[in-house]
Amino acid sequence: MPATLPSVLVTTEWVAQHATDAGVRVVEVDVDTTAYDQGHVPGAAGWNWTTELCDTVVRDIVPPNKLEQLLGKTGIDNDTTIVLYGDNNNWFAAWAFWQLKIYGHDDVRIMDGGRKKWLAEGRDLSTDKASFPSKTYKAKSPDTSLRAFLPEVQEAMKKKAAALVDVRSPQEFTGEILSPPGLPETCQRGGHIPGAKSIPWGKNCNDDGTFKSFDELRALYSAQGISGDQPVIAYCRIGERSSLTWFALKHLLGFQKVKNYDGSWTEWGNLVGAPVEK
Amino acid sequence: MKPEDYSRRQQELGGWQVTIETYKLGDVYHCTIANVDPGARFARADGPTREEAERVAIEKATEGDASPCTDA
Repeated sequence: MPATLPSVLVTTEWVAQHATDAGVRVVEVDVDTTAYDQGHVPGAAGWNWTTELCDTVVRDIVPPNKLEQLLGKTGIDNDTTIVLYGDNNNWFAAWAFWQLKIYGHDDVRIMDGGRKKWLAEGRDLSTDKASFPSKTYKAKSPDTSLRAFLPEVQEAMKKKAAALVDVRSPQEFTGEILSPPGLPETCQRGGHIPGAKSIPWGKNCNDDGTFKSFDELRALYSAQGISGDQPVIAYCRIGERSSLTWFALKHLLGFQKVKNYDGSWTEWGNLVGAPVEK
Repeated sequence: MKPEDYSRRQQELGGWQVTIETYKLGDVYHCTIANVDPGARFARADGPTREEAERVAIEKATEGDASPCTDA
C-alpha cells in the first residue's frame, strides 16, 4: 500500500501482540454468528450483525444511540483503536468498519486475513466470552458521503454521474439466478443496474483471506475503467459484500468519492418500473 | 487453546465451489462450509471426529439447511 495512506490494516501477528493493550479493542464480526463461540482471538469481543449492527425494526443501519450503547458496553470510547476481523474474508468486519466510519470513529482497522488466517496459522483461541468495563461513547453525525440512497443511484445511472460496481457473483449479475443457492429469494427480478460493472467482491482478496496488493487492486479496477477519477457506488444484495469493496476502494486504493449502496439489489430488483439490464 | 489439525479445501457441492474448513479445538472438531466466491452460503457442524463433523456439515449444505446464512 502507498505509504501516504493511513494504516487501516493490521497483521495477525500485530493482533497477537497487541490484542489486550490498553486503548485497543479487538472485535469479531462474522457472517456465521455462532463462530465467535467456537473460538476467537483471546480478549476479543463479538458482535452479532443480525441484531447489533442494524435497526431491527426499520430496514436501516444501526441507529446512533444503539451504536453508542454497543460500543460503550464493549469498553470502547471515542479514542479506542478498534480492530475488526471476521470470517468469509472479513466480509462483515468491513460492514462494521463502514458503519463505524459513518458515525465518525477515527481509529478503526481490519485484521488482514481475518478469522481464516488466524486459524490457518494455528494461533491461540479462547472460548471465554470477554467482558469489559463500560465506557461512554458519543457517535458523530452520520457521514452521508459514504452511503448512497436510491435517488442518488437512479441519478447516477441516468446521467452516468458515478461508476456503479456490482460485487455479486456473475450469475446474479446476469440474472441467471436471483441469489446463491440456499438463500431466500428476496427480489422480483434478476439482473443488474444498467451500466454497472461486474467486479465480484471476492476478487479483492487472496486465497489466504488477505487483501490483494495496491497494484493488484488498481489493475483489477482500472481494467473495468474504475480509476477513482469519478465517484463510485458499490452495491450487492443488501450492502454487506459491497462494504468490503467500498473498503478496498476507499481505504486501500485511496479513492476519494466512494459510496456503499446498502439498499442494493433487494431494493432495486423489487422496484416497480426500475430499469434492469441482463 | 490452539486449534489443531486445521485443514481447508475447495470442492464442488451442488454445482457451486465451496470451501470446507475444519479444525479441532479441545475435544471437538468444528467444520464450516462457505461458498466464498458468490458468498453467503454457510453450513456448520461439530463432531467428535473430522469425518463426522464434515459429514454432517456437507449434509446440511446439500440439503439447503445451511444455517445461519445471509443474503448480502
